[in-house]
Amino acid sequence: MTFDPSERVRSVPPSGIRRFFELAEEMDDVISLGVGEPDFSAPWAAREAAIGALERGQTSYTANRGKRELRAAIAANARRWDLDYDPDEEVLVTAGASEAIDVACRALVDPGDTVAVAQPCYVSYRPAVTFAGGEVLDVPTRAADDFALTPAALAAAGADEADLLLYCYPNNPTGATMDRSEMAAVADFCREHDLAVLSDEIYADLTYEGDHVSIATFDGMRERTIVFNGFSKAYAMTGLRLGYALGPSEVITAMNRVHQYTMLSAPTTAQHAAIEALDGCREAVAEMREQYDRRRNFVLSRFEEMGVDCFEATGAFYVFPECPGDDAEAFAEELLAAESVAMVPGTAFGAGGEGHLRASYAAGLDELRDAMDRIERFLG
Amino acid sequence: MDDRDILELLSEDARHSTADIARLTDRSEAAVEEAIADLEDRGVIRGYTAVVDWDAVVDDDERVRAHVECNVTLDRETSYRDVARRLAGFPEVEGLRLVSGDYDFALEVERDSMREVSRFVSDKVAPLPEITQTVTHYIMETYKQSGHRFDDGDDDDRLSVTP
Repeated sequence: MTFDPSERVRSVPPSGIRRFFELAEEMDDVISLGVGEPDFSAPWAAREAAIGALERGQTSYTANRGKRELRAAIAANARRWDLDYDPDEEVLVTAGASEAIDVACRALVDPGDTVAVAQPCYVSYRPAVTFAGGEVLDVPTRAADDFALTPAALAAAGADEADLLLYCYPNNPTGATMDRSEMAAVADFCREHDLAVLSDEIYADLTYEGDHVSIATFDGMRERTIVFNGFSKAYAMTGLRLGYALGPSEVITAMNRVHQYTMLSAPTTAQHAAIEALDGCREAVAEMREQYDRRRNFVLSRFEEMGVDCFEATGAFYVFPECPGDDAEAFAEELLAAESVAMVPGTAFGAGGEGHLRASYAAGLDELRDAMDRIERFLG
Repeated sequence: MDDRDILELLSEDARHSTADIARLTDRSEAAVEEAIADLEDRGVIRGYTAVVDWDAVVDDDERVRAHVECNVTLDRETSYRDVARRLAGFPEVEGLRLVSGDYDFALEVERDSMREVSRFVSDKVAPLPEITQTVTHYIMETYKQSGHRFDDGDDDDRLSVTP
């Protein structure tokens, strides 16, 4: 008897980022603009809270939904974005926002259901839908719209017939954000066509122009939206694996049924860190955000000076310049070989990413300066 | 325009080029130059200095730094400011602050040996008529200064490419 991977697993190709990762890993002294996580460590107070919890021997499971104290802190924090959720019924703490999205797909998607996915997007969305037995409907966003999701893009893709819509704003990989009027138009489309929404807002705190707007704040949207967020990005806690979902009681209950049999509960140590992160690390988060904003200005200026077209990304820690060559994958490989600078080709993030490169500015200023000098030399 | 962002950047790294500060703060280079000149003229920026780990300088193992606590007595003709002026005049005094608590002035003194530091304190500081008491603390090890850690800090153990 040999193991035979399931059809579902076989139908998911290896991550498009994987091959590029292997190329970069083989080289010494790579300056990487290819990293999708903060270059900061978690705020010290949060790390101390984790250490303290370990010292006190708090190493047991928590409630399936997460510690009550953490859920209360998450609900209180969400009010900053005008989101109002009951910590007892409407919050689920998960092992990263990725788990929350996977659990939502498994809780909501039946075989044959269609999930419209705005792209380019984070690499785990398509597999999450596929593993749940659903069909992905590609909804490419356009450079001409600054990579915002529009009713026109949804209609052109046929999303009016879909069951669910999944997107991420502020966006990885483009750095795009959506303002109130753009989001209102998407909300109208969803109501009109009875679409439920999986709204990944993991980068909400990293919005640099104006305030983050959640689709769940529009009339008639709260009952049809699950909001995903977590501690990986703004709190620089990627490796602690902690995220959460906010949604109506019945959907959180359904998700919890999957979560409790998969994960039982999110990592306990990380939950202690997260309570402190929400309670005592706002200043550290604001400081990191300010650093990112400056680097964003820096990177955008340097690309502009080089004559590389790059729309003004206003969120997350990515810019998404147009590739100066014809083929972004070839360009990225040549740049890596010639100057040891890693940028990820936009095609790794799905439809709509062609002809673009993702440059992460989650790197120190010295590294960014060096990387930009090398790119400039490469373009010579 | 508020120049706080320029001050923060220069406090982090005084060697940022004007061009980079312009990029980082979304200003023109000319505007940054003008702002810095103005901050210097107004005495908001008092100088530019490097954060040096002197222990890492091989032939500098003799350099000695100390914090000196000073208590003073004041009278109708003599204020803290007057005493501070006299203390600050000594080139041996690298830093001088009036503090709350058990003593009045905190001095940072730097010399080539412990003997020179103690001689400076006993010969120059203690004899001043307003000084009533001094306590000298020799610095044995510096771990962090002006926001810079002197150990290697946290390693960047991130993978080179991640989604």
